[in-house]
Amino acid sequence: MRIYALSVYLFLYLPIGIIALFSFSAGRSASQMQGFSLQWYGKALSNPFVIDALKTSATVAFTSAVLASVFGTMAALALAGMKGRLRALFDAMVYVAIMIPGIVIGIATLIALVTVFDGVNPWLEPLTGYRLSMGFGSLTAAHVLFTMSLVIVIVRARIEALDRTLIEASGDLGAGPVATFWQVTLPLLSPAILAGFLLSFTFSFDDFIIAFFVAGSETTLPIYIFSSIRRGVTPEINAIGTMVMGASLLLLVVAQVMLRRAGGNNRT
Amino acid sequence: MTVPEEGQQSDGRPVIAEFVGTTKRFGEVLAADRLDLRIRRGEFLSFLGPSGCGKTTALRMLAGLEAPSEGRILIDGQDMGGAPAHARPVNMVFQQYALFPHMTVAENVGYGLRQRRPRMERAEIARRVERALETVRLSGFGPRRIWQMSGGQQQRVALARAIVNEPKMLLLDEPMAALDAKLRGEMQMELLSLQRSLGITFVLVTHDQQEALSMSDRIVIMGQGRIVQTGTPRDLYDRPANRYVAGFVGQANIHEGRVEALAGDGLARVALGGGLSVTVAAPFAVTVGMAVEVAVRPEALRLSSGAADGADAMVAEVLHKTFLGEHIECLLRHEVLGQVQVNVPRQAERSLQGADVGARVHVLWDHGCGLILGRD
Repeated sequence: MRIYALSVYLFLYLPIGIIALFSFSAGRSASQMQGFSLQWYGKALSNPFVIDALKTSATVAFTSAVLASVFGTMAALALAGMKGRLRALFDAMVYVAIMIPGIVIGIATLIALVTVFDGVNPWLEPLTGYRLSMGFGSLTAAHVLFTMSLVIVIVRARIEALDRTLIEASGDLGAGPVATFWQVTLPLLSPAILAGFLLSFTFSFDDFIIAFFVAGSETTLPIYIFSSIRRGVTPEINAIGTMVMGASLLLLVVAQVMLRRAGGNNRT
Repeated sequence: MTVPEEGQQSDGRPVIAEFVGTTKRFGEVLAADRLDLRIRRGEFLSFLGPSGCGKTTALRMLAGLEAPSEGRILIDGQDMGGAPAHARPVNMVFQQYALFPHMTVAENVGYGLRQRRPRMERAEIARRVERALETVRLSGFGPRRIWQMSGGQQQRVALARAIVNEPKMLLLDEPMAALDAKLRGEMQMELLSLQRSLGITFVLVTHDQQEALSMSDRIVIMGQGRIVQTGTPRDLYDRPANRYVAGFVGQANIHEGRVEALAGDGLARVALGGGLSVTVAAPFAVTVGMAVEVAVRPEALRLSSGAADGADAMVAEVLHKTFLGEHIECLLRHEVLGQVQVNVPRQAERSLQGADVGARVHVLWDHGCGLILGRD
């Protein structure tokens, strides 16, 4: 049994490990280890295209994560207040949004947005001199659509675990519904919201498929990596990949810790 | 003697809260059925009954956490109508305490004061919080986290969080249910002295008859959403209105019979069958020939080797004896009545001489020790 488990893990993580290892290579080949150096990290970080793509990715990820956290939390609270079939329907739709392959979301969003833009632009452009096109907005919107579902699922779980009598106690002590929300509900949900935010950020930051369809002229880091592979792979790609992976892992760990702390809070 | 009823007690204390035909339905379930009750200012009142009897619903309607389906609730003469919990001058101690886990002990206790408009000064809040913590003997625990407190301490924090607001009524929903027996006893004494010193009206919900008997000025017995009987602990124990109350408050032997003769002085002679007749109290008017139920407390019966004056005697076989410290619980069998329980106090242990398992002994009913029960 152990040997099988080991093989599975090797199969999963060895390629990733090799990428990380080769990023420290001193040679020019991305698939051979020749000495040790940090030169490719230096090269990656001084490449203006990489920095630009990194900035774009970070901005999109941050914006979409903020929007997803706000809307996702609102949706989760609304769902918790709903009953019966309508609630079951919305619940199912949330899970469907998570399960739909990224490529479908990408194509669907692209077609939908192009259709809308084509319809709106003939009116909008003469009036304002501004035309809608693919880019930062469409990319952020597509990411929010997907990551919002993650936030809903995480925050919903926390709401379900929340002790109802805490809300009642707050009311009994003289706090109205709004005061109760800010002083009791939101603080108790905050670890879950933060975890949802971090997950959303990671998903958006790492996403290639959806971005590939709807990013327009914007170049995110995954898109940059993809396009530079076509020009030939250097250990610089390995270095970028390793850095992205490290940052993502860090955020995931933080998100996990947040969720665990949320669970611990509830036990008191 | 009559059963003291609502309003007949002449202690003259003004009414702090009132249920007027208050009914609560949850879908098909009738959780509270036309409750009529006056709660007096400064009294310690308990709602007592098994789970699902509607006692918690009654309390939650007082708190404003449930809205009555029909009828009214008045607090201090004002119709509460649909007033939500945060607009009512009452505070509640929840069963699982419902302390805010993201706040310190002091922040929890000060929560109610921080909601006041116009705002109360911070220094004033801090002062009152400290005083409330002193009252529940938790001085210096203010900066602690809730999860650093033991169950008993959390209970005190919940208490402090409620009384710091100086409510007109303090509502307690099974506050002792989560504590172990020893702690519960201590806490009962503390609650009682707290109520006496603060002078606030306490309304307690409990399923523990011992708790209700030992703490309350008055007890409201509930069953199936209705108020079955209201009275002082002594009233309820000595004059249970019906079989339900007799069985729920304390233990009772209950037997069917027929009124044979009226004996005057509020007494009646009841034939229990098999030639056995007993003289028991009749708390309401009965007529000869009426089918009745008779209740007698196990400690009101005596065991003896022979008959005695002023008592009706019946012969029964000893089935079982259990030593329980302050008394010995004896289970006997009578040919007609079936099982009869007699509790013999330690001082009267001599009466058990010769009453070994299998022996036949005399069970004495002193005149008036039993009671005719009303029909439900």
